[in-house]
Amino acid sequence: MTALPIHRRRFLAPLARLAGGDKLVTAALTVLTVLIIAAVLAPLIAPHAPDAVDLSATLSGSTPDHLLGADQSGRDVLSRLIFGARTGLLGPLIVVVVSTVLGMLIGVAAAWHGGVVDSVLSRAMELVFSFPALLLAIILVAVFGVGLTAPVIAMSVAYAPYVGRLARSVALQEKSRPYIQAYRVQGWSGWLICVKHLLPNIAPLILAQSAINFGYALMDLAALSFLGFGVQPPTADWGAMINEGSPALLQGAMLPALAPGVAIVITVVAFSIVGESIADRVARREQ
Amino acid sequence: MTTRLLEIENLNVRLAAGKAARPILDGVSLHVEQGEAVGLVGESGSGKSVTCRAVLGLLPEGAQAAGSLWVDGEDILTMPSTRLRELRRRDVSMIFQDPRASINPLRRIGDFVTEGLRACGVPRKDALKRAEELLESVGIREPRAALRRYPHEFSGGMLQRVMIAGALAGGPRLLLADEPTTALDVTTQAEVISILTRLRAERDMGMLFVTHDLELAAAICDRIYVMYAGRIVEAQPTEGLFSRPRHPYTSGLLAATPRLESDEPPHGVPGRPVSLAESPAGCAFAARCAHAQPACAREDPVQREIDGAQVACLRAEELIHD
Amino acid sequence: MTEYALEVEGLRKSFGAHVAVDDVSFSLKPGGALAIVGESGSGKTTTARMLVGLERPDAGRIRVGGRDRSDVARGKATRLARAREIQMVFQDPYLSLDPRVTVAACVEEPLRLHFAMSPAERRARRAELLARVGLGEREADALPRRLSGGQRQRVAIARALATEPKVLILDEATAALDVSIQAQILDLLAEIRRDTGVGYLFVTHNLALVRHIADVIIVLYQGRVVESGPTREVLANPEHPYTRLLLHSVPRPGWDPAQIAADRRSLAAVLRETPNPPASAESPHHGPDPDPTKRSVVK
Repeated sequence: MTALPIHRRRFLAPLARLAGGDKLVTAALTVLTVLIIAAVLAPLIAPHAPDAVDLSATLSGSTPDHLLGADQSGRDVLSRLIFGARTGLLGPLIVVVVSTVLGMLIGVAAAWHGGVVDSVLSRAMELVFSFPALLLAIILVAVFGVGLTAPVIAMSVAYAPYVGRLARSVALQEKSRPYIQAYRVQGWSGWLICVKHLLPNIAPLILAQSAINFGYALMDLAALSFLGFGVQPPTADWGAMINEGSPALLQGAMLPALAPGVAIVITVVAFSIVGESIADRVARREQ
Repeated sequence: MTTRLLEIENLNVRLAAGKAARPILDGVSLHVEQGEAVGLVGESGSGKSVTCRAVLGLLPEGAQAAGSLWVDGEDILTMPSTRLRELRRRDVSMIFQDPRASINPLRRIGDFVTEGLRACGVPRKDALKRAEELLESVGIREPRAALRRYPHEFSGGMLQRVMIAGALAGGPRLLLADEPTTALDVTTQAEVISILTRLRAERDMGMLFVTHDLELAAAICDRIYVMYAGRIVEAQPTEGLFSRPRHPYTSGLLAATPRLESDEPPHGVPGRPVSLAESPAGCAFAARCAHAQPACAREDPVQREIDGAQVACLRAEELIHD
Repeated sequence: MTEYALEVEGLRKSFGAHVAVDDVSFSLKPGGALAIVGESGSGKTTTARMLVGLERPDAGRIRVGGRDRSDVARGKATRLARAREIQMVFQDPYLSLDPRVTVAACVEEPLRLHFAMSPAERRARRAELLARVGLGEREADALPRRLSGGQRQRVAIARALATEPKVLILDEATAALDVSIQAQILDLLAEIRRDTGVGYLFVTHNLALVRHIADVIIVLYQGRVVESGPTREVLANPEHPYTRLLLHSVPRPGWDPAQIAADRRSLAAVLRETPNPPASAESPHHGPDPDPTKRSVVK
């Protein structure tokens, strides 16, 4: 087993470099990498199928065959956790991508044009802000029916103003910098200046916010699943697992509900740490 | 021997930590007497601001200082922090370059000017009375009303006067001015300088005036130190420095400064100013110097006295720059 | 065909109730050097921004080589044509270059936008422009953060020259540089003017500098031209009290800051009483100054 540490070191080295030598950030990046690998390779690494029922193991607690035990229906918790990472990460990923693109477009357009465009877009963002995201999701569920679609659309819309507001303020600041004005004096169109120079320069800060949003979106989507509006059983999903596992708590079995809960917390914290570290690095570079 | 108001001897400062480790100051020695205005002139990276801040015990993060730094016979570098705070409140004050960045924008002007006095235990009423007099002495109209106003209600020039008033509140004997007028318009600069020189003379304070502007330093200082790459390369009384600069860098700076009264166009010094960390062995200025000889790149020039001037140039004896 | 590279006539701009630029007129000969002098709030920077189209004038005309550019640029052709008329070098060399763009790309960008060149031609022209400002291939590959302030300002000048403008505006372009570097840049600018015949418009507060770089000077105070004429004459015999105050404010041996402070207060008092000095019929700040070599003062 002497090869293992070397192998581990090789695996960690690029992450540590990415993290700038910060141990906490390295740990967060490691957690996220493991999660993503688990989600992608779920069928290969999960010890059982997520829906396979082993009634003999029902609420068994940790056993060699079921490391995190099995739930009320006798399904392996670890396998469901690994498969749950797929919906758990895919939903927030779509939310973050859509809200980032939407927010950047709105924020940069508002900052660049100013005047009436800015007022209209800013008011529109405030309108969405004032509307509770979960309520919007529940209304959309009524329209689209249960499943991942409605919550993801709702969250994408609800998160866009967070990105948009940030994008607007940093774009305003960037727009007033002489290098952007130099491009205007050179005769470039506003569109090209924004795409080629303004966006790439504000992108790191926006990405930091989006990484933090990822964690929150994951939590919100899990909450919706927990409430029964999101991913439906029997599909493995962390929020739904907590919901399904909660009755078992009364019977003294912690793992079916606790394991997905811990997974959510760790993931959210990891994304926050990574987001903050990107923001810190941007701030340092600005100096 | 009487103790000098400020005496820095062989001050070395270097950043110690990790990758950023580099020397900043090398063997800086200077002094300021009671009632004397001394200029510290240099370009970016020369270490002039670090020297000035070191007097207040404000070193860059992770920096280590060696040498000695006496204010009125007390060594700043070995002083306990309580004594250092007391010294900053009472004996030594600093005026920073950007008043807007150096005055808390959320607090009233009155709070800013009186905070040093209050910390010394002066009753609030007396402190306010004193602040009013100070604001009046720096030429703020309606000082009583000004005490209740906020920094954003003042222009940059007015705010710099407020900063001066705040710096004078504790009745300091040594004033450190770090580019106090660089951010101001020329006419405002003249006004702030006139206030500064008048109050300095009235109160018989010593002043260390840090600037990149040789002409400005010459207009208000008795003696001038010229810094380059973390070292002092020349020190002279002002008239001598202008009429007979001894160091090629000083004469280069003088030639590079555009002048109103002369037809001679400014001549640049080739190359760019370096910091101590970048400078090669030997004389740091050698690479830009028109008079450099092979020896200049090998030997460290030792500072010595020539006709009342301190010069650190190997060829100082042969070269006279007019 | 007009004999002026740049003509400005009755330029005016206000922000809300504040009039930043009020009836400013001047003209610049091809290959000439004019300095707009004033303090912060005098309207000099707003004037420069209107000239390059970053700000839209409320009233007045701006013509380069006889072509009007006062209105908003409509369409790409107009935008590009205007960019080839006037370029600008900004004050802060640390903020005027895109931190993500290499020096080579920074100079090639305007070439790609304005001229139909093959990549090889573009590279050759870029090398030529960089050599012109004293930079070599080593600097060409660098990102701005690896360069010193002086080198960055050289890049900014090369970039501005890429479109071969008739007029180059230098907005406090050497104010952020060390003195020893400032003189190098001034030498470079003088050389470029001699070789290319580009006209310079300096925006500055430094009168000592103006003496050595500009043929003609206009002094702005609170958005208005208070005095203009050949630099030597204006500096030798300033007629407007504000010009005198500016001159006396330049630090030099025998400087008397207390006297300047007193003058400044009395000037402010005088101008408070007559905030808008009535413009007489022959007041020279009306209409373009037909001959910038003539003195004119607004009392």
